[in-house]
This record gives sequence, structure tokens and C-alpha cells, in this order.
Amino acid sequence: MRISTFFYTLKQGVVNIFRNKWFSLASIATISACLFLFGLFYAVIANFQNMIKDAEEKVSLTVFFDETLSREEIEQAGEQIRQREEVSRIEFVSADQAWAEWAPKNLPEGWDEVYLENPLVGSDNYEIYLKDVSLQQEFVVWLESLPQVRDVRRSEMVATTLTGVNAIVAYVSLGIIAILLAVSVFLISNTVVIGISVRKEEIAIMKYIGATDFFVRSPFVIEGILIGLVGSGIPLAAIYVLYQKAIEYVALEFPALTGLMQFLPVEGLFHTLLPIALGLGAGIGFLGSFITVRKHLRV
Amino acid sequence: MGLAFNNKKKKKRRDGDDVIILDKVSKTYTTGVPALNEVSLKIRKGEFVFIVGDSGSGKSTLIKLLLRELTPTGGRVVVNGSDVSRLKHRQVPKFRRNLGIVFQDFRLLNDRNVYENVAFAQRVVLTPSKQIRRNVSRALAMVGLAGKYKAKTKQLSGGEQQRVALARALVNDPPILLADEPTGNLDPKNSWDIMKLLEKINTDKGTTILVVTHNREIVNAMQKRVITMKKGVVVSDEEKGGYIDED
Repeated sequence: MRISTFFYTLKQGVVNIFRNKWFSLASIATISACLFLFGLFYAVIANFQNMIKDAEEKVSLTVFFDETLSREEIEQAGEQIRQREEVSRIEFVSADQAWAEWAPKNLPEGWDEVYLENPLVGSDNYEIYLKDVSLQQEFVVWLESLPQVRDVRRSEMVATTLTGVNAIVAYVSLGIIAILLAVSVFLISNTVVIGISVRKEEIAIMKYIGATDFFVRSPFVIEGILIGLVGSGIPLAAIYVLYQKAIEYVALEFPALTGLMQFLPVEGLFHTLLPIALGLGAGIGFLGSFITVRKHLRV
Repeated sequence: MGLAFNNKKKKKRRDGDDVIILDKVSKTYTTGVPALNEVSLKIRKGEFVFIVGDSGSGKSTLIKLLLRELTPTGGRVVVNGSDVSRLKHRQVPKFRRNLGIVFQDFRLLNDRNVYENVAFAQRVVLTPSKQIRRNVSRALAMVGLAGKYKAKTKQLSGGEQQRVALARALVNDPPILLADEPTGNLDPKNSWDIMKLLEKINTDKGTTILVVTHNREIVNAMQKRVITMKKGVVVSDEEKGGYIDED
């Protein structure tokens, strides 16, 4: 393709948008509406998953060792556990440390006069945090197979619940996103059909003169992609502003909530949302115009 | 000069000069009614030919076959050496670049000016920008519209719009020009102007010109080859012929 032809095609794509400004506006509005919903939904899902991930990170296992093991041997076993890929973090808790933390919270005053010696002797342990709580069961089996390990304590219910909730959220979000995308493609295709029908005559003239399918199609496809990009840029800007306002509002009006849940920063959210939304907008515009203009090429 | 298989005057001729050959061409639409029935004719390079006939006689089908908008259901259509039935879809654009086409309703792009309409045909065939300016100016000068290149097509008279369409058809220098009822929407004066222009192009550039028309006065006055069609067959093919009345 000549450079001049490329720029001509690009220019025609832009000119087409202004020439059919009402159809272009309708297409942009449709894409914007769909991608705005998509963006909102994505923001909710991303935050929800972030909260689940936070919760998962707080779920730990406690592993106790054979009482005859020396401190050095326990630390060696701890190192062995630390090397495992599933492990996110591991903390050593000595028997003295455990008693000092537990006793004041759970025993009546004067406990230190009753218990002159630490009753938890031999309870040196490790608290283990996993990267993915759904791997807990398999990991426990491995831990229990270690000869140094005496006991493993874990919360099976929390792990199962979090894994289940995570799976449900993933399926529901995939379903809703698929529906939103299908609706977008359908609406865009309809809008582009109307836009192209108006220019059927122009396409026919091009074909009579000897234009290739590529030459005829290119300006329409470029128009579709540009409409898609503008149509995704608008909701992205709106979500950027609204999301920040929402975080500020929650922090101001419901300070108690901020302790319970941690919102994703807007930059973190847009790190993924920006390329996805722009790609979707351009992709929907490309597909809509490419498929539709094809129908009118048989002249 | 030109020779049809069903014509009255037969002359010796060389096949190599034929730019359009229809050999027992039939075209039947899905309704089952044959629009063309074993039509055979040959048109030589540089000829000026009128095709006349009533509505439904097969003239438009003939033009569509020559443009490869349709393919025949029987026989062979050869244009500029290409058998249109054998052309693949991707070969059609290149094939059409050797044909200029003018329609009754002009088919201009009304949101663009005169220059853009003519330049459009050059852009389609990927002509470099500098050459486009030169060629468009020359084509507009040829049809007498050099001074109106900036005008919007809607501001022009019917005759002027047809001239723009003619300039667009000629700017790529096609060896064949097909004109489908080019004077159908024009008053007598403009009709004559367009016909004189076509004749001039035929004489000066040697372009083969095929005009489908109902305009009796023009056909009778111009004394060119006239092919008359009726119900899908060629009923007459005459050198310096005239419009044959139905009765």
C-alpha cells in the first residue's frame, strides 16, 4: 500500500465519522454505554477479588513439631517449608512467645502467679500463609508426611468458603462480561448496518470504478476502530473520575469500612482496565464494520 | 465495421480488433425468464455503437454482463480479452479499470466537489497524488468544466453533472466507455452536448463507446452503428443505422 493511499484511507475514515455524525454519535454512545457498564462491573469485581485475596492472605496454618526436636532442627524443617512454591509467608512462633500472647487474653488476672512455668513447652510452631488458599488441603497432606511434624492445625471451613466464593465470583463475572460484550457487538453491528446502508451507493460507485475490496473496506474499518476507541475513551475517563470520587466518599462517610476492606487504587485498576477497554472498543468497532461492509461488497 | 451474427450487413473483419465479444450469450434470472437468449455480437476497437430497444429487451442485462456485475448462464462474454465468466472475484477490480461507466442518474458523490468526484476514480486505482492533479485537470478540461472544479455537484445542472460523471469515467483512460442511458435525465440541448462530447472522445482518443439509449432523435441523427434488441435477442445490427420502431 502506498503511503499516500494509507493517509487517504485514514483521512476518509475520519471524514466518514463527521459526514455521518449522527450515526457516528449513536455508535459512540452505544459503545460508551456498554463499556461504561463493563468498566463499572470490572471495578466491582476487581475490588471484590482484591478483598478475597486479602482475606485469603490472612488465613494461616499452624504446624507443630515433634517435642524431641531441637530449635535448630525445627528451623531446618521451617526452611524446608519456606522453599515450597505455595508458601507466601512463614513466621516462627516460639512456645514462650505463644504463651505470652495467649495467656493474658484468655486467663483471669493473677495467672502469672499460678503458672510459674510455661505449660506450652515443646509447642514451638510455624504459622504458614499460602499464596492460594485453595491449595491448602494438598499442602497439609504434604506437611503431615514430614517426619518432624507432630500436628497441623487449619481452618478448613474458611478455606473452602473463600475458594467457593472466589469461583462463584469468577464464573458470574465471566458470564456477565460475555453478555455485555454480545450486546455491544449486536448493537454496534446494527448501528454500523444503518450507517453503511446510507453509503451503499458510494460503495457501489467505488466497485464500478474498479476499487478492490480492501480499498472499499478500509475507510469503514478505520471509521469503526476510531469510533470504538472514542467510545471506550469516554467511559474510561468517566470511570476514572467516578471511581476516585467513590473511594474518597467511602473514606469520608464510612471510615469504619476502610478498616474492613481495602479499595484498589485507581492506577492499579486502570493498569488492567485501560488496555482491556480500549482493545474491546477497537475490536468491537473493527468487527462490526468489517462484517457489515462485507455484505455490500458483492457489486 | 462492426459485425453481429444476426445482422443484415456482413463485412470482412479481423477478430483481433474485437474488444467486446458475445458468443451465444444467455442470461436467465431466478424467475426463469430469459433476459438474454443466445446473443452474439462483436464490437471492434474504436467503434461507436448504440444499443436500443424497449424496456425488458435485455439492454441493461447486457451492460451488467459487460461490467461483470452478472455472469452469463450460457455462452461467453469477452471484454478486452478477458472472459468475464472465468474472472475470479479478486480479479474483477482490475478488469473494471479498463471500463469507463456513465449512468443515467450520474451517480456522483454529492458530499464532495467536482474535483474530488473525478479524483476519486484515480485514488481507487492508486494513482500518485501529483499525477491525480494533472489527470483530473485534463479530464475536466476535456468535458468543459475546468473552471468548476471547486463546485459541489448539487450546485451543477444535470448536463454539468453528467459531464462530471463522464470526466470520472475517462480520467483513468479506459479503452472502453459504457454509457447506460446517459441522456435519460437531460433536456434535448444537454443531451446533444453529451452526445457530441462522446463522439469527440471517440474520435480524438479512439475510445470504444457503447451507448444504451432510448433517444430516437439522437440515434437517427448521429448515423452510428445501431444494435436493436427485443425480448433478449438482437433483432437488428446496422452500420449507420437508425432507431427501429416497434410497429
